[in-house]
Amino acid sequence: MPDRNDLSEVPRPVAAGVARPGAGAPAPSGGIGAGQPAVEFRDIDIAYGKFVAVRDFSLSIAKGSFVTLLGPSGCGKTTILRSIAGLVDISGGQIMIDGRRVDDVPIYKRNIGLVFQSYALFPHKNVFDNVAFGLKYRNVPKPEIVRKVGQALEMVRLPGSEKKLPSQLSGGQQQRIALARAIVFEPQVLLLDEPLSALDANMREEMRVEIKKIQKETGITAIFVTHDQEEALSMSDRIVVMNAGAVEQIGTPQEVYETPATAFVADFLGKANMLAGTVSRSGQAMAVVLATGQTVEVACPRPLAQGSKVTVVLRPQKLSVGAAASANRLSGRVVSASYLGGSAIYEIDIGGKTSIRANAPITGRVLREGETIDVGFDPEGCVLLDEDGQRIS
Amino acid sequence: MKARRKEEGRWAWRLTGFVTVCVYIFMFAPIVATVILSFNASMFGGFPMTGFSLQWYGKLMANEPVLAAFRTSLWIALVTAGVTTVIGVVTSFALVRFEFRGKQALSTLVILPALVPETILGVGLLVLIKAVDQPRTMLLLVLGHILLAVPYVVLITQARMVGIRRVYEEAALSLGASRFSSFREITLPLLIPAVVGGALLAFTISFDNTSASLFWRPAGVETMPTQILSMLKISISPEINALGTVMILVTVGIPLLGGLILQSLTRLKRRDEPKEETR
Repeated sequence: MPDRNDLSEVPRPVAAGVARPGAGAPAPSGGIGAGQPAVEFRDIDIAYGKFVAVRDFSLSIAKGSFVTLLGPSGCGKTTILRSIAGLVDISGGQIMIDGRRVDDVPIYKRNIGLVFQSYALFPHKNVFDNVAFGLKYRNVPKPEIVRKVGQALEMVRLPGSEKKLPSQLSGGQQQRIALARAIVFEPQVLLLDEPLSALDANMREEMRVEIKKIQKETGITAIFVTHDQEEALSMSDRIVVMNAGAVEQIGTPQEVYETPATAFVADFLGKANMLAGTVSRSGQAMAVVLATGQTVEVACPRPLAQGSKVTVVLRPQKLSVGAAASANRLSGRVVSASYLGGSAIYEIDIGGKTSIRANAPITGRVLREGETIDVGFDPEGCVLLDEDGQRIS
Repeated sequence: MKARRKEEGRWAWRLTGFVTVCVYIFMFAPIVATVILSFNASMFGGFPMTGFSLQWYGKLMANEPVLAAFRTSLWIALVTAGVTTVIGVVTSFALVRFEFRGKQALSTLVILPALVPETILGVGLLVLIKAVDQPRTMLLLVLGHILLAVPYVVLITQARMVGIRRVYEEAALSLGASRFSSFREITLPLLIPAVVGGALLAFTISFDNTSASLFWRPAGVETMPTQILSMLKISISPEINALGTVMILVTVGIPLLGGLILQSLTRLKRRDEPKEETR
């Protein structure tokens, strides 16, 4: 499999999304995902006046997959979503939906389902009229509309709510109706613009599962926009991590989390520890002198010249604490400890004004602030970034 | 101590009540006087009352110039209300939903007629008409009334339009409704309270207008207010009181009726839906 994470140069079209949602590893081409991608971006540029919101964005999304655009606010993810819908004009490139170029197709002829952060249910229409809206404009006969609306409400687990007004529903219920409204006419793509952000925490968790389930059942291609890494990791077949209008990395949740392509991805997803250092011994088991003075041994995919500057990226979960720390022992002092039940998060000062975060399973007692403790990590358990913040591979 | 404070409070309330009553008397006494005097049997349009009579209304009904003026005013007001509402809705849609050059200037210009004194506006239009050598026609009068009413209707609909989030229209478009359909099905229904309010206001503005109408009306045409004025020149007949009462009834009653209808419509709609607690 070609390395899809290497985006050190201009991002090229990458097949994001796997054929069968839920499959652990990307499936080889073939099966349902073969043939035309559901949505394809070719070198998209989007500018508002002089401000370039998105530049050179290319992406190809397989049919039936669940792809998430993840990034901080203002990174251009919503702009891209709106460009698929036709709510934003692109200034360069092409957008294809099912192989058809849609740049000049007005929004109401694009056949896409759109779910908004603020639900956007028509306040003066009841649930039935809201859900039936898209069918009505597709000239579906009345009995068929009634049947399909019933089915859709069944699917979002709100059967019999046809006569209610949106104002009589809770936030979660409104978002379910909005989802039903967006999928009832079987659009080619379902676009979800931060649909969970307006909900409270419990409801968010529930809806996350619900949306994913409905997407699998219907086999619809879904593009999901969020700034919440947890949502992205738990729901997606593929994640597109974006920053400042450009793609940072495209990959499965596991790929993106475990082998971040850039310093930005490492930091944005899960707040990895990043330790600067210099290569002191080249070779398979390379040695790096950290800025804090300690020397650690790390596995490197290719030999680096002695004296190269690198950043060692360590996930908090990859660090072992206390007696469990075998390789690469660094001694430090606990600055803070948060008990999470099954594990604890420690912030450990390893000298040189550097502290690292470790998420360790609890064996015995929980460490207290001020205790001296060893932390260690496996030479294979880290990712190396070069001076420009790109992953060395 | 406590009792004294209570006492002070009571006096404060009494004073507030007294002032309020005075203000209301000041506001409504002339109106009430007009209405009462219109039922006076006396030949003179003033107190004392000499008996109850409907004769002035009867006279009014037989007064052909008055009836003609009433009809003229009514249809001018209706046309003004209709045209102004359409202009107002379209203008506020453009001002709220679109970005274009000179938007700020346009939005100021559109309310300008409301700020310029009516007399100046009346003379201005007249001078303009004379300059291009056109006669004073009914069309001019109607256009003038539209000019006077547009700012208010734009202000009302604009305020409402700002409150209608764009995302509703976007949702409708994404579901397959054309721009026109989404306006008709989503924006307009949500705008209805402002549309009705604007239309009623435009109607009253036109129906009430005196000073500008005096300049603009074609020779021989009278609207209700100008008719009253010309009647007053001759004498203060009790007939004028009756006419005034009719005017009050129309200009107060129609907006009131419209408001009530609107209110009962929304209330009926709400009663239709079963109340159910959200989970």
